[in-house]
Amino acid sequence: MATPMLRWCCPGRRWIFAGIGGGSRHGRGVPTGSTSSGKRGQSSVAQQPLITAQKPRKGEREWAAVVGLEIHAQIASNSKLFSGSQVDFAAPPNSLVSFFDASLPGTLPVLNRRCVEAAVMTGLALDCHINRKSLFDRKHYFYADLPAGYQITQQRLPIAVNGSLAYSVCVGQRWSQMVTRTVGVKQIQLEQDSGKSLHDNLRSQTLIDLNRAGVGLLEVVLEPDMSCGEEAAAAIRELQLILQALGTSQANMAEGQLRVDANISVHHPGEPLGVRTEVKNLNSARFLAKAIDYEIQRQISELENGGKILNETRSFDYKLGCTVPMRDKEGKQDYRFMPEPNLPPLLLYDSGSLPTGADPQQVIDIDQLREQLPELPRVTREKLVRQYGMRPEHSFALLNEVGLLEFFQNVMKETRAEPKKVTSWVLNTFLGFLKQQNLAVSESPVTPSALAELLDLLDRKAISSSAAKQVTDVKKGNPRAINKLIGLVRRATLGRADPTVIKEVLERQLSS
Amino acid sequence: MLKGYVPPYNATVVQKLLDQGALLMGKTNLDEFAMGSGSTDGIFGPVKNPWSYSKQYREKRKQKSHGENEDSDWLITGGSSGGSAAAVSAFTCFAALGSDTGGSTRNPAAHCGVVGLKPSYGLVSRHGLIPLVNSMDVPGTLTRCVDDAATVLGILAGHDPKDSTTIQDPVKPFTLPSLTDVSKLCIGIPKEYLTPALSSEVRSLWSKAANLFESEGAKVIEVSLPHTSYSIVCYHVLCTSEVASNMARFDGLEYGHRCDTDVSTEAMYAATRREGFNDVVRERILSGNFFLLKENYENYFVKAQKVRRLIARDFVNVFNSGVDVLLTPTTLSEAVPHTEFIREDNRTRSAQNDIFTQAVNMAGLPAVSVPMALSSQGLPIGLQFIGRAFCDQQLLTVAKWFEKRVQFPVIQLQELMDDCSSIFENEKLASVSLK
Repeated sequence: MATPMLRWCCPGRRWIFAGIGGGSRHGRGVPTGSTSSGKRGQSSVAQQPLITAQKPRKGEREWAAVVGLEIHAQIASNSKLFSGSQVDFAAPPNSLVSFFDASLPGTLPVLNRRCVEAAVMTGLALDCHINRKSLFDRKHYFYADLPAGYQITQQRLPIAVNGSLAYSVCVGQRWSQMVTRTVGVKQIQLEQDSGKSLHDNLRSQTLIDLNRAGVGLLEVVLEPDMSCGEEAAAAIRELQLILQALGTSQANMAEGQLRVDANISVHHPGEPLGVRTEVKNLNSARFLAKAIDYEIQRQISELENGGKILNETRSFDYKLGCTVPMRDKEGKQDYRFMPEPNLPPLLLYDSGSLPTGADPQQVIDIDQLREQLPELPRVTREKLVRQYGMRPEHSFALLNEVGLLEFFQNVMKETRAEPKKVTSWVLNTFLGFLKQQNLAVSESPVTPSALAELLDLLDRKAISSSAAKQVTDVKKGNPRAINKLIGLVRRATLGRADPTVIKEVLERQLSS
Repeated sequence: MLKGYVPPYNATVVQKLLDQGALLMGKTNLDEFAMGSGSTDGIFGPVKNPWSYSKQYREKRKQKSHGENEDSDWLITGGSSGGSAAAVSAFTCFAALGSDTGGSTRNPAAHCGVVGLKPSYGLVSRHGLIPLVNSMDVPGTLTRCVDDAATVLGILAGHDPKDSTTIQDPVKPFTLPSLTDVSKLCIGIPKEYLTPALSSEVRSLWSKAANLFESEGAKVIEVSLPHTSYSIVCYHVLCTSEVASNMARFDGLEYGHRCDTDVSTEAMYAATRREGFNDVVRERILSGNFFLLKENYENYFVKAQKVRRLIARDFVNVFNSGVDVLLTPTTLSEAVPHTEFIREDNRTRSAQNDIFTQAVNMAGLPAVSVPMALSSQGLPIGLQFIGRAFCDQQLLTVAKWFEKRVQFPVIQLQELMDDCSSIFENEKLASVSLK
């Protein structure tokens, strides 16, 4: 049976299905303008395929995949969205639960200002239109981790709409071939997080921890403008960096601060969109791409075999590497949305509409927040490219590791070496070393000053690059390497330098 | 559902009273979750109207009774805050708090011969008030005279950061002026409130009251609230929808009653809610969920919201045309015997008895029921005054003037009479307020 022809945005990746025939190349799919389930999508940047698609074999048709994402990011705030209890992820179970969080009768929600500011800042960073008036609603369903029996969210009129998120993917075989894509941001809304439930199958019981119940979430809905796992992962990565730069969310997927649901469907280009499935609770960037690609494959196989795609919710089984239907989602849920009667409409102002004599504690000025926005990753990278003549992919790499950019900049301050050299050393040798030792930048034994000095020596050709590398070896804690260094220096000085002096100089340098 | 539940915090209104030195004497009975107009559907049983044991009533009954058991035909208090009304009526306390969503404070006030105040929505904090309909509920006050109502309101009113629907500003305690000149006052009589179901006695008292104002120089005019006939149905849709939502939290998990089933979470929820709620509550939840279904939402909930706006606008139009206060009946008749009341179900009774009071909640206006006179059976009949939003002081001022003129008699309870006859000899007003 012929394997289906896939249009991928990211050729060169290894897929479950091997390439068709010998040495075939997959073309990059042109994203469709329309979206699944009839929603209007943002039009994506038109893309020029770098590699032409192979003509489909007789009897085969091409497939295109459509991927949309719903992201829940926990807001970095001291207290919860509607109550004063603290937000802390490591606290003992049920120790951060206010009367409101526990849904005690008679308690009422009170909106947290910081959460609103976080939403506005995120909306501005994503080029959204900030709604001057937004509303809160109740979304009803029964579940043990939802004490009130409903979640307060913004369904009718969210706080921000119609933005875009630019991200980069590498195309072609080489990391250096990067293109920028954009995905539309449909909306950003404020909503409550639920508690956590832990299933104790041994005792047939479920344990509920309400510490997380009521924590503020930003739900960011991305339009189905993406077409594969890699694009989705890249978009998520960029969103993470933006949220971290803004300080609105720590966006750490491993800690559950960023959770992603993907909506996936496949269709033949030119035909209407297919039935979509939802893959929920993707908690790691790595598995995100895998899960999406698996689901795309699964849908294609299913349809190729004459089957049908059910509009269902699935989860990703990490161990098996496949998506499976979720047991408790039978039939469609009617959430019985209703306006939240205890929260008046949220009104935001800008410098033009700010009421005179208004108490600054009681109002939010969008323009003021816009002025105070920190530098966004995109701008930082552009600056690096401009200032240092850096390759774009290097600027990405520098921002991709916590603290690495700062390290780089500190080295640059103290060294006379060329930026290109510094970049190369930081990204290759230094980062490689950290990865090998499983260390974060903050835990590095090599300080920026030390590296700067080393690079200076290298620059002056006082030592060779291999020697410099050896220095780092010594730094890593290999004392015998110093003898090798002495040997190298002797050679460099054509045998004229006194070994003892060399040793002294080296030891002095290395102990710094 | 809340068996054994002791709240770990005080409602704002309770705390405010305690802060002013009030002594909490106890909690009173009511219809379960404030759903009802008779205070007959609570887990502790029905509330008996103190007037059932009053000299005024007993004497009238002896004239026509055939010597049956004196207690068999006791009267209801009205509801849903009947326990609070009875407590105040029977001189057990200075004042009591109730709630008012469709008339639940004013209705029993009228039946028990006390003053029942429903403040403007947003004037008094709802933090700690178990919600029935969040957009209509207010804490209500029951007192023996209008001055006492003003005293309590002065303590309770004002901004509460814990309730985002309260007004922004604090409110200072106030005393009511003693109005002597009503010539600048304009009283409105809504013609749609003249319904065939209204008892002749109430109708004649209503008319008498209107004449009283007119004779003292006030302007009394007929006005129209054209959407009155839709208010009961509109209220039913909005009330049940909110109830369905508000009751979703009662699942036995965090507090309150929990059933014995432990097969699954769902089974536990279902059994707990079946056991913990009475028929009235369950019926409203089912109706409300129906109206909130996606396919019904536009046709029922949103439509009802629109009708609600029309009803509210009726009042605005009338007040804008120069009317200061509206005068209407509070109830259709005086209190009825329990045996008669329970012949119809809760929903029917509520629909009947909320008719004069409930549009006020839809519009968020202040209203007060003031006892006027005794019926031919010796039972209290009260009338309702409705004021402009946040003009509660003005409303109470008019009510005070009326109260002084009509001189409603003090309830004569045998036991009390024997012990405290000296107090009553000197008091003309229906109050033993602390002066």
